[in-house]
This record gives sequence, C-alpha cells and structure tokens, in this order.
Amino acid sequence: MQDVFNQFDLVLKAFWLTIQLFLLSGVCSLLLGVLLAGMRVGPVSVLRGAAAVYVTVIRNTPLLMIFIFVFVAAPRLDVNFDFLTKGVIALTIYTSAFVCEAIRSGINSVPLGQAEAARSIGLTFIGSMREVILPQAFRATMPPLASVLIALLKNTSVGAAFGLLEATARMRFFTNNNADDRMLIFLTFAAGYVVLVELLSFGASRLERKWRVAVR
Amino acid sequence: MTQSEQESGASATSMTLEPLIVLDGVNKWFGDLHVLRDINLTVGKGEVVVVIGPSGSGKSTLCRAINRLETIDQGSITLDGRALPQEGKALAALRAEVGMVFQSFNLFSHKTILENVTLGPIKVRGRSRVEAEKRGRALLDRVGVAHQADKYPAQLSGGQQQRVAIARALAMEPKAMLFDEPTSALDPEMIKEVLDVMVDLAERGMTMIVVTHEMGFARTAGNRVVFMADGAIVEENTPAQFFTNPESDRAKDFLGKILKH
Repeated sequence: MQDVFNQFDLVLKAFWLTIQLFLLSGVCSLLLGVLLAGMRVGPVSVLRGAAAVYVTVIRNTPLLMIFIFVFVAAPRLDVNFDFLTKGVIALTIYTSAFVCEAIRSGINSVPLGQAEAARSIGLTFIGSMREVILPQAFRATMPPLASVLIALLKNTSVGAAFGLLEATARMRFFTNNNADDRMLIFLTFAAGYVVLVELLSFGASRLERKWRVAVR
Repeated sequence: MTQSEQESGASATSMTLEPLIVLDGVNKWFGDLHVLRDINLTVGKGEVVVVIGPSGSGKSTLCRAINRLETIDQGSITLDGRALPQEGKALAALRAEVGMVFQSFNLFSHKTILENVTLGPIKVRGRSRVEAEKRGRALLDRVGVAHQADKYPAQLSGGQQQRVAIARALAMEPKAMLFDEPTSALDPEMIKEVLDVMVDLAERGMTMIVVTHEMGFARTAGNRVVFMADGAIVEENTPAQFFTNPESDRAKDFLGKILKH
C-alpha cells in the first residue's frame, strides 16, 4: 500500500485519463445521440432507417468488440489515430446508440400537441426540435440519460485492455507489483470510481430538480 | 329582415369577398374510413365561417388539413392563391401565415407566457427580442393576461391558457385563424372569456374558420355556418337561417338534439 501512496500522482494521473475519456466521449456521444434521435423521429425515411439500423447493430454488439474493431481492425484499413482518440471513438460509437434511445424515449414523452403547436407557428422540423421538443425531452430523458452516462464512466475501463493507462490499468500495475495489498489497492481504486459516479449522479439529480421546478 | 333578404345577404358575402382559403374537391381516408368527402369550400377575406356537426363528422380534420397538420389524399387547398406546399421550409412559411388554436391549448410548457408569444416572431419572423416582447405584451394585454407574462402555462387557468394561445397565434400576424374546438376543454365559466376574445377578433376583420359547438358564438360572430356530417358538407347558410330554418334532415336532427335542453 506504501507503494500506492508514494506514487499517488500516478493514481491521480490515471483517474484524470478516465475523466478525460469520459468527458470527451460523453460530449461526442450526446451530440451524435441527439443527431441519431433526430433522424429516428424525423420526416426523412432513409435517415430514419439508417439510424434504426445503427442503433440495432451497436446496441447488440459487446463494447469489447467495438474496441477491438477500432484498435485492431480499423488500423489495418489505414484508419488510425492516437490512443486517446481511438478510445473516445470506440466509447462514442457504443454510447451514442444508448443516448439515442434515451432521448427518443424522452421525445416520445412530449405530447404530440407541442409539436403541432410548434409547427403551426411556422417553425421548421429542426426549429421545433431545438426550441420546443428537445428542451422538454431532455427533462424526461434525465434519469435514463444519467444511467447511460454512469455506464459510460465505468465503460472507460475497457480501455485498460488497449494500452490506455487509465484508472483500471493503473490498478492492475499496482496489484501486480504489490500482491499482498491487492484488496486494499482494489478498494482504493473502487472508491475513486464511486466518488466519480456519485458526483455524476449528484449533478444529474440537481439538473432534474431544477428543470422540474421550471415547469411547475 | 325577411328570409329572402337574409339569403341574398349570405350569397353576397361569399361572392363579393376576395377568396383567401379555397378547398377544391378535397378527399381524405383514414384506412377504409372516408373522413373528408368531396369538400368544396371558399372562405373570403374577413369572413368568419363556423363549422359545426356531430362528433366524427370530419370538422376537426378539415380544420387541421388547412395548415397541413393532416395531409389530404385528393383535391387541392390554396391559401391566398398559393397551393399548400408538401413539406419543408415552404410549408413552414405557409403555416406562419395561418394561426391555429387547439382544443387542448398546447402552450409550450417549458416557456413562460411571454416566451410563448415571442418565440415565433423571434425565431420565424426574425424580429428583435425587444420588439417581439413589446408586441407580445401588447397582445397579452389585449387578451387580458398581461399580468401573467412571467408565469408558466401550468400556473394559468384553462381559459387564460387558451387566450394566451390566441395571442401566440396573433403574434405571427396571420392572414387567417383556425380554431379547432377552442372552448371544448374549458370549464363553463371560462368559455365566455375566450369567446369574447374571438368575437373581438371577428369584429376587427380577421378571417376565421371556427370548429365549435358554441351556437351563441356562431349566431353573434359568424357570417356563415357550414354543417358537416359523415365527412361531407351537408348544408351552408347564414347563422340566422341555419338555426331557425335548417334545410337538411341531418341538420334538423342535429339541432334538435343540441338545442332541446
């Protein structure tokens, strides 16, 4: 355990990479997920179909396989980036499908009359999405979206198997070198994840409450 | 007024007014159900047309088809000489020209009353916020809810919400207004405040198509009554003529049912 505390900067650095992976792929997943959800409820049937196929394929594929694809298969096809970018791409591909479905369920919870009223004052499809539907959908989406983001935060650990020195990878190094303290080292890192997830759920529930007050 | 004078008066309104909304041979099916049957209807500028009929007669569908919230299968609908566009920006631009008031108000529940009224002018018409808010407050004042401007829709009564919905539609400076059973979801004591706003609007010369069960409104503000049954227009006449002396059996039957109590 001495080893861990002597090199605590390494622990912090590893968690910082976890946070970077989470924030970058979180933002990208939200953007791509909103786009996909927009396609799925939009008026263009080709886009509707494409988004539905994407969601079906990705949601039914294990995250590990997507990592293998991005880190092993894609470079063979001359599609290659640095490690962090590849991690963000893999996590984004996977998470955006879940974000899409969370937002789509939120969109479906907005009464049809809201969309009709938006269209009847002359807003276009994109305008009514941006001004009327999505702001209300996000409110209903917050609880399922929080679950998706929590899953994403923990899914960053898959990167450990692909040369990303984030928290889980660093933990493995420490446990390998300090076999006697395995349990304590594990608990230390687990506590780190718990703190991060708790911060995330706290933020989500604050947003949820704030938005709920705004309607009443 | 004699009967013949009333009749000539009715035909004169629809003849001399410049046509604004023209429905020509409109048909629509929901699956096997024929909801609109060969609808021909011309609404002149400044005219107030009241559409009545039993539920399921297609009157709401007719109203919604005019700003293409419902698509039609046959026929044509033109507004001010232009055919309704299919989709996209052109359709959005046309919808901005036609105000719509719904049975269930449909105010944007995440926006304040003032924001409800300014959203269209700012985002669709490109007005400045200051200008839109000034006009928005004036409209809210006109419908009698100016003091509620900063509240959210859920904090208002049904009658107040519906008046805001009318102000929201007026804020777009529409050429015509469509009302789809605007008082049907209201408590009786709130119906009058909404009808008062609508009568005022009619007196100011707004072109209106009003689907309603309010016979009082039809008599005071309507220029013409269109009676629908089973998806077809069965009878058209002046309100006075229609209510006192309906021609068709369907209309007699309908009026008999609603006016006897």
